[in-house]
Amino acid sequence: MPTGNLSVTTFVIASIIKIAIVLWVLLTAVAYTVWLERKVVGHIQNRWGPTRVGPFGLLQPLADGLKFIFKEDLTPPYVHKFLYILAPMLALSMSLIAICLIPFGNSVNIAGMNIPLQITDTNIALLIILGITSIAVYGVALAGWSSNSKYSLLGGLRASAQMISYEVALGLSLVGVLILCGTFSLHGIVEAQTGTWFGFIPKWNIFKGQFIAFFIYIMAAYAETNRIPFDLPEAETELVAGYHTEYSSMKFAMFFMAEYSNMVTVACLASILFLGGWTGPVFGPPILHALLPIFWFALRVLFFIFVYIWVRGTLPRFRYDQLMSFAWKFLLPLAIANVMITALVVALRS
Amino acid sequence: MTPIAPTFFFYFLSAVALISAILVITRKNPVHSALALIVTLLSLAGLYLMLYAPFVTGVQVIVYAGGIMVLFLFVIMLVNIERAMKEEEFNKQWIAGLIASLLLGGLFLAVYFKGRAIFPSEFTKIPEQMNTQQVGMLIFQNYLLPFEIASLLLLVAIVGAVVMAKKKLS
Repeated sequence: MPTGNLSVTTFVIASIIKIAIVLWVLLTAVAYTVWLERKVVGHIQNRWGPTRVGPFGLLQPLADGLKFIFKEDLTPPYVHKFLYILAPMLALSMSLIAICLIPFGNSVNIAGMNIPLQITDTNIALLIILGITSIAVYGVALAGWSSNSKYSLLGGLRASAQMISYEVALGLSLVGVLILCGTFSLHGIVEAQTGTWFGFIPKWNIFKGQFIAFFIYIMAAYAETNRIPFDLPEAETELVAGYHTEYSSMKFAMFFMAEYSNMVTVACLASILFLGGWTGPVFGPPILHALLPIFWFALRVLFFIFVYIWVRGTLPRFRYDQLMSFAWKFLLPLAIANVMITALVVALRS
Repeated sequence: MTPIAPTFFFYFLSAVALISAILVITRKNPVHSALALIVTLLSLAGLYLMLYAPFVTGVQVIVYAGGIMVLFLFVIMLVNIERAMKEEEFNKQWIAGLIASLLLGGLFLAVYFKGRAIFPSEFTKIPEQMNTQQVGMLIFQNYLLPFEIASLLLLVAIVGAVVMAKKKLS
């Protein structure tokens, strides 16, 4: 247990409080990402987006949530019941677990205790996150199969093929960063990016020659989270709604929440791996010293989420064969080349 | 960094692994078998973690539980399960299977009782921070040749699969 200077009891209590706060923030962020998406896409398409519920439609997520809860939760006949119920749970719980490894800042001192701003820090955090996302594929694949419907099955098959393909490129795009930082720990990766060149260019990994890796990561992450232009698993013009065609009410909402919390996790990871995490100018009284890093981190995450939505409002969807050849014939060789060049440069330098 | 309640977790994970492994071969529905196999692989990952091998754990989850098993499931999902389930399973090979498993069990027992001296009585604890580096060192220095031979074998398998799947050009 990485208890540091805390006793076991305080460690457990602090962890429970942290888990509660992180889950609350994450689920709120998920709800308001949906709101932001509808607003931004609305403005891109010359509409207003939600305006009726609350000022600027700010209470819309609440209304949506209530609606989801009160909708009739019907289980179609001929589904494989156990797996049909298990699938959305698996998808949502995996996407919530992944956030527990994300650090939001350095540690803070509260009442003389040094509490790290992260639910848990391990030396293989990045591997665990990759493992959790690869387990999350089962939620989608099983939803498609257990629904016993052709549209769902096709959606599930597409999703599993797509996620497997892009996971390879995603994993390889991270190797360059790992070679530069020499650690799997997300905390260590951010530590390795502190400081600046000439006083104004921050030493982020993206400026250390990992911009190709950044590009690959973003592409693969969009595909992993089934977002436009890679949202083939739920292409509504072909597959009705893909793997969640047969789901209604909260079970559908669970897939929805899983998708959006995956977006948040991916945005957090991108900020940590490529944009220096919570590094940034820190000034002022001690309270600002504690809060500013979190603010800088949240700003980066918000930026990534905005780009997500922007892309969704701009790009059309790929065709399925284009999607696959893009992953295997373009992203994968590029990622391997990036790994080799980074390794060579690091080896020559040392 | 000592794990909490190692005995409990060892027996718990082993029990989960064994029960799900039995489920793999007794379930008639192949999707259920595949899911049970995933549970087996995940509990093995937990056991690796108890042996202070966090890197192996991560790779086990990513490659086996998250990668290969998805491909298994992918193929199974395309099979018409209603029909496959009606077909008789376990054809007349159970005698051969019994002999093979008895032989394997005998081998394990023989190794356990006769060859205990080969294995070190105490496993070397690599500090957690160094674990990944150590695995890399072992693969690329001490065991470079076996590692490369294994990857060559996999490459041959891939090429073979492509050749067999390719349509015949007449």
